[in-house]
Formats: sequence, structure tokens, C-alpha cells
Amino acid sequence: MTALNRRHFLKAGATLAGGLALGVSLPGRVEEKAPDLSGRVGEPSGPHLAYLVRIEPDGQVVIGAPSSEMGQGVKTSLPMIVADELDVAWDDVRVEQMPLGIKRDSEGNLSWLHVSQGAGGSTSVSEGWQPLREAGATARALLLQAASERWGVSLESLSTERGVVFHADSGRRGRYGDFAAAAAALPLPEAPPALKSADQFRIIGRPQAVVDAAEIVTGQAEFGIDAELPGQVYASIERCPYHDGTITRFDDKAARRVPGVIDVVTVEGPAPGEPFTALAAGIAVVADSTWAALQGRKALTVEWNPGPHAAESTASLRRQMQDAMQQPGQVVLDDGNVDAAFDAAADSLEAEYFVPYASHAPMEPQCCVVDIREDSAVVIAPTQNPSGASRMVNRLTGLDRMAIEVHVTRLGGGFGRRLTVDYVAEATQVSMAVKRPVKLQWTREDDLKHDFYRPCGLHRLRASLAADGQLTGWRHQLASPSKYYRRANVEADKMWTAELYPDDPPRRLLRNVQLQYYSMDSGVPRGSWRAPAHYANAFAVQSFIDELAHRRGEDPLAFQLKLLGEPRDLPYEQHGGPVFNPGRLAAVLKLAAAKADWGERLPAGRGRGIAGHFTFGGYAAYVVDVTVSDGSLRIDRVVGAIDCGLVVNPNHVIAQMESGIHDGISTALRLEITLEAGRVQQDNFHHYPLAGLRDAPREVENYIVDSPHPPSGVGEPPISPLAPALTNAIFAANGRRIRELPIADQLMG
Amino acid sequence: MATFVLNGEAFEFDGADDTPLLWVLRDHAGLKGTKYGCGAGHCGACAVHVDGRARRACITPVGAMAGKQVTTIEGLGGDALHPVQQAWIEEDVAQCGYCQTGQIMNAADWLQRVPNPSDDDIEKYQTNLCRCGTYARVRKAIMRAAELSRDGAVAVVVPDTGEATS
Repeated sequence: MTALNRRHFLKAGATLAGGLALGVSLPGRVEEKAPDLSGRVGEPSGPHLAYLVRIEPDGQVVIGAPSSEMGQGVKTSLPMIVADELDVAWDDVRVEQMPLGIKRDSEGNLSWLHVSQGAGGSTSVSEGWQPLREAGATARALLLQAASERWGVSLESLSTERGVVFHADSGRRGRYGDFAAAAAALPLPEAPPALKSADQFRIIGRPQAVVDAAEIVTGQAEFGIDAELPGQVYASIERCPYHDGTITRFDDKAARRVPGVIDVVTVEGPAPGEPFTALAAGIAVVADSTWAALQGRKALTVEWNPGPHAAESTASLRRQMQDAMQQPGQVVLDDGNVDAAFDAAADSLEAEYFVPYASHAPMEPQCCVVDIREDSAVVIAPTQNPSGASRMVNRLTGLDRMAIEVHVTRLGGGFGRRLTVDYVAEATQVSMAVKRPVKLQWTREDDLKHDFYRPCGLHRLRASLAADGQLTGWRHQLASPSKYYRRANVEADKMWTAELYPDDPPRRLLRNVQLQYYSMDSGVPRGSWRAPAHYANAFAVQSFIDELAHRRGEDPLAFQLKLLGEPRDLPYEQHGGPVFNPGRLAAVLKLAAAKADWGERLPAGRGRGIAGHFTFGGYAAYVVDVTVSDGSLRIDRVVGAIDCGLVVNPNHVIAQMESGIHDGISTALRLEITLEAGRVQQDNFHHYPLAGLRDAPREVENYIVDSPHPPSGVGEPPISPLAPALTNAIFAANGRRIRELPIADQLMG
Repeated sequence: MATFVLNGEAFEFDGADDTPLLWVLRDHAGLKGTKYGCGAGHCGACAVHVDGRARRACITPVGAMAGKQVTTIEGLGGDALHPVQQAWIEEDVAQCGYCQTGQIMNAADWLQRVPNPSDDDIEKYQTNLCRCGTYARVRKAIMRAAELSRDGAVAVVVPDTGEATS
């Protein structure tokens, strides 16, 4: 867990209707140095929710959802944290998505107005836990103070329950709304009030449904695609299919004749090698409806200059990786003496694994509405990164950050795709050109062909064993095009930091461990894809451990438990630290195994595999049962276990386990992005076949460890161990070792 | 020009007949519960009912709707929740929620003809794609919807508040 010494500056004020509004801001968490000091200092203007807690005089309790909701459940779980300390009935709470809140201090530094608002890295709950509890508790304390003054009784004689203040001695009671106006006028307590102990929680730890459930099933929930601004026009962009390619020439005469087309404007692509703005150069057709824009786009004639990566293909990239591995790589971890261990080995094993490029493919293709005005801007976007959207608009327009409003809708899936704001950059350019609010809509083809893809990678693992079966040496070589290329401030010799996390096991579980990295050139844009490097590394490492166990003729679970050893805190300096406890990983492996009847004999053709992994603070493990017959694979059952510390919403922890299982299966079965002559080959779901319901196991069981640790996020940990558990099960079923993803047709023949 | 009945009321679209019903619903009728996912009929996020049968609106030209009855998610239950919507809430199916209106429209159609679905039926008929991985709950919700429909027990008024309640 993060051990930051946070000082929370809470502030209270009156709402327009005379109620209590309370925010919490973290001045220590400086977002960035402002490039422009001319803006006004203050809060976002307008009628949107600028506070985490709002109690109106009529008693309505509104709690802001600060992080983006993309299916991971934070629009429910974060407000639950506030509501519990506030001591209101969850059924009485209305949740509103908060717009981006930032503020500027007198020195020009920008910081969050309340709490961090990006959603990524499974951090929303872990980072929000403390400040959101304090916000709820502080609002409650102010209401109690107001009641105490009005009734002339001591604070200690008052209690609260479900939004009502009680004075036991007199039998008096009053609803929070009765005290809201008076509470808003009170000074804040000097220190945050005492927080509840875990046994006092009434909302936290109890399963709650998705807050927007009724709106979702009736079609009323607002996604990015549903956003609109008065006077908006619709844009669709024909983008250069070659990475870093440019427009040679284009003819828009036919496009302009399409009924409804208003204008055709160019969109500037990224400078080669520089951080991305838009993903690609393009030509935007602006029209009075989505369909007119799409039709106009079809009527364009464009000639592209393919640019520097036109010769790249999946095969050329693979050759580059294999050639690179002929030589030693960049040594990024070198514990002990791995060469000496290999020399002295009684036995050793080497294997190569490959993970392909993958697309995020959220069900909602990229979209947003942007209105760039003379002196201000409005962005409405399904984004994981509202401050990134604000910075992008600032960068492209020069508008002051304080003059840029960013509103966040529900996201029709995120998976890391919406950490980047290239679509906001595009809509910004188009809005600047046409001087109107622009609704930008990507097609599915756009979305698959233009993504920040999950990097592909070739992994070579080698391990040595002593005569008694103990692992004595471990080397993991990875060749991949790093996610960190083209980032500002990341040097060439630090590309590995996005691809290998040195403190991952088996570091410190054996003495001699070496990691080598080979940074590959590729024109393919890449970025964060759910559990970034963990997906690939868990596949390689957990497959290899299974191979080693079989090599030894040992039970894979027993072999891994022996490697993990006793519970103890090991240092973990990468994201998800500061410690990794192999005992917690062992515990989820054992729990999943016990629930899945691990060790039971299975009939021919059936197999059971196990894998576990530590991802961004959370520990997850799966046991997968498969049947393999005549080249066809059926996933019969998945049993999962997770230790994510204290659980805020058990319902959504289970939902994220289900999600990780599905995403793991879907990606392992058939998903890959390939490249030919510099162009991505997949363009719609028939070429990028997401798993359907018929691929989903009929039996899914998930278990949550009752954990005393602080909460950690659950968006990503559940995906990492699924693929190796699945391929380990396939090996158990028919002896076929899958070392390359996707599985695709490898089981045929 | 196409004239048809949309959620029980006459609707007229004066644009080109080859405009996909999806974009007519979203951009012209203001019915945004029908989602765009692929534009090619692969994913089902745009499922609506045409004369009671599920159709993928992204590949359905509006001209073919002349004289037909079109029902979208907004009109599925009338003033109450349809049993499939009710079941989706009870099983808390949604994660991101984007594909769910299409999932619901699709299930509401075939469940009429297969009132006692088996696991095989669900796998055969529920072909909508979900990227979040809600299939385990979609299975349960379909079973629950079938149960609710058999009992005829659903008459829950749809909340008309704009924002979320629990």
C-alpha cells in the first residue's frame, strides 16, 4: 500500500441551495507545473458537482464519483467509502460523476481540487480510501457540530445513524438536511475526525449493485457516444494507415457534395518519434449527422506517404527479436551469479514464449465532444484521464488550464485505451478549424487499426535445478517494443522499465536471478493494456514454473508453493509495492486449488492447470479445467481466488474476477494484431474475434481472501494469471505446451 | 423517406433510405440507448426489435422499416421494466454497461420463443459481444428473466430520475 504521509486540506462551503458542500484536496499531490500563469485561480465554474459531498436542505445526499467508471465499479465503490463514514443510508445517496477538478496555487502550480481523478493502474480505491473516508467523516462531524450548537447539547451526547442525528438523553432527532445550512457555515475541524473501525462499517464490505443499473438497462445511462453540445457538428476522420505516414494529397470534391457534409479539414498527425497528440495524420469530414460524415469520408480520395515504417511486418518484427537474442541484452537485474548457477546445475530448462500485439477494442469506439471557443473550452469524453484531456487541449490551443472544462461520461470500456487522449486531440483540431462544437465518432475499423497496442514480446527463460529439485538460477530475457517509446523524459536505457518489473517473483525466492531486456524498434503505437507488462510476464513465468514442475515430475502447485516459501514481506519497488508477500500469493493459490479439488484424477482429455500472480498490489490465482478433444478446446470451469486487502464492494471484486477471467480467455484464445507492409491487418470483430458467451466457462467460482491489509485495486490483478492457468491446463489435458499466444489453431493436428 | 412506428408512435425520417436505422435512432430520433459497436452486424450492441424480432440496427437500412413497428430499449418495457431488464438489475449484470441494451433486446426476443432456455440455448442465441466479460451473469440473468416471465410477476415502474440511485 502507499505509505504517503498525506495532509488533507478539506474545505467546506454552502451549496447554491444553502446546504453543505465538502471537498477534500491534496495539495501535496502536485499534478504539474503550469506552463501558463495567466489563468484565474479557482474552481471549475458552472452547475456541475464540484464537491465530493453535498447535502441539500431537503436531505438529499449527493456524493461525487471522482474516478472514471469503465466497468470496474468505482462509481459505486468510491462513493460507498464516503457514505459509510458520513453515516447515511446507501439507498438515500445519489451519485454524480465529478468533472475534472484542478486548482492553481499562488506560485502557479496545478494540483487536484479534491482527489486524484485518473483511473488506471488499479489505484482508484487504494488511493481514494483514506481521503474519501476523511471527507465523509468530516462532513458528519460538521453536521454533528451544527446539531450540538442548535440543541445546546454536548457533541459527545450525540450520535448518528443513516442520515439522522440523535440525542439519546432528550430523544431529539433531526435529519442531516436540517443541519446542512448551519454546518456549511462552520469552520473545518483542525484534524480529520476519528474514522470508523472496520467492525463499524455499514456499507463498506457489503455487496452493492452498480449505481447506474436502472439507467443502463433502460438505455438512459450516458456514455461518451451519447454526449452532445448545442450546435454540434459530427466528424469522422480518414486516418493514415501507415504509422507516422503523412498525407501526400487528397481530393474532397466528391465528399463535399455528399448531402449533409459541411466541411473537410485536415488533422495534423504526431511528429515522428515525438510524444503522440493525435495518433495519425488524417482528413476529417464534418457533417450534420454521423452517417453523413461517414458517407462523406467514403467519398474522399487520398494518397498517403507511407513514411518510415512501411516495410514493417509481424514477421520482420519477430526476426528482429530473434536476431537480437543472439547477443546478450541489457542486464536490468543481476542478483547473485546466474552463469555460475547454470554451470553448476544438475539439470536445466530453457523455453521461449511469445505474446502478440493486442488491441484494447472497448465496445464503445473512441468518441468525444469538444468545443473550442475564443477563451474557453468544453470537453465531454469517455476518458480515464481527464487531466490528460485538459493538458492536451491546453497544448493545442494555448487556452489556460482553468478555462478548460472536462466532463467525464461513463466509459464503454477502458482497459487502458482511454488513458491516452488522442481522440480529444483530434476533436480539438477539428473544432478549432470549424469553430463549432464537434462530436467525433470513430468507427470500429478506426478503433482496431489505430490504437496504442499492448506491446508484443519474445520471452526466453532459462532455469537451473539442483539435484534435489531446488531452483538455483533463473534468467528471463525479453525482447519487445517498449510501451515507453516516444514518451517525454524516458531515456533509451529505461525502455525496459515498462516491460519488466524486477521485483516480481522469482526475485528473492532464489539467489541467482538475471533479467535482460532488448528494446525493439517498431512503428506500431503502443500503450497501457490492462495490467500492462504483467499479462505477458505472468504468462511466461507461470508457464515456465509449470514446465519446471513437470520436468521434475512434481505437482505444479506443490512445486510453486515450495518456491514461494514462508509468508514474509519482500521489498517491491515497482507499482503495487512497497512489499510483495509470497505468503499471500501462496494463500490464493492454495485457496483456489482447494475449492477446485486440485489433485483429483481427471478422465482422459481433461486437464487442470493453475497459476497465480501479484499485480499492482493484488494477489490472484486461478485453477482452470479444460477438455481438449479433436483439436477443440472447451473451458469447463474456472475457480479463482483473490487477496485485494480490505474489500469495499465484494460484488464488484467478484465482477472484476469474472472480467479478468473473460478477458484472459478472450485474449488468449484468438486475439492478435498483426502487421503487413506497415499496416495493421485487423479491421473489425470478424478479424479480431472477442470471445463470445459460448466461449465462456459454464462454471465460474471466485473466492475472496478475508484480508487484514489495506484495500488494493481489482481492475487488473484478476487478468494476469488466467492465460497461463489455461495453457497449463491444456498441457495437463493432452501434453501440448502452448508457448505462443493466441492459442488460435495450435491444438489442431 | 421512411415512415414507421417507433416505440408506439409514428415516426418519419426524410433522409436517404440507405441510412442505417442505428444512426436514424441516435442522431435523428434522439434515442441513444441503441449503441454503435461495429457497424457490421458482428457485436449486437445496436439490437432493436422490428415487428417484434431482434435486428441489428447498424446494418438495417431505414428504408426497409416503412410500415413496420420498431421498438428500442427505451420502449421495451413500456412504463414498467421488462422482465429481462428486471433480471439484468437483479443479477447486477453490467460492468461498463455499453453492450447491455443490445444484450437485453436480443434476449427479450428469443426468450419469447424459448421460454425454458437451457445452457445450450443461451450459448446458441445470445451472440452479442461483451468486452468486459459479463457472460457469467448474462447466463444467470437470462435464466432469471425466463423465470420472471413465467411467473408474470414484473411490474416495476422505471425510475425517471436523471441520475443514478442505488
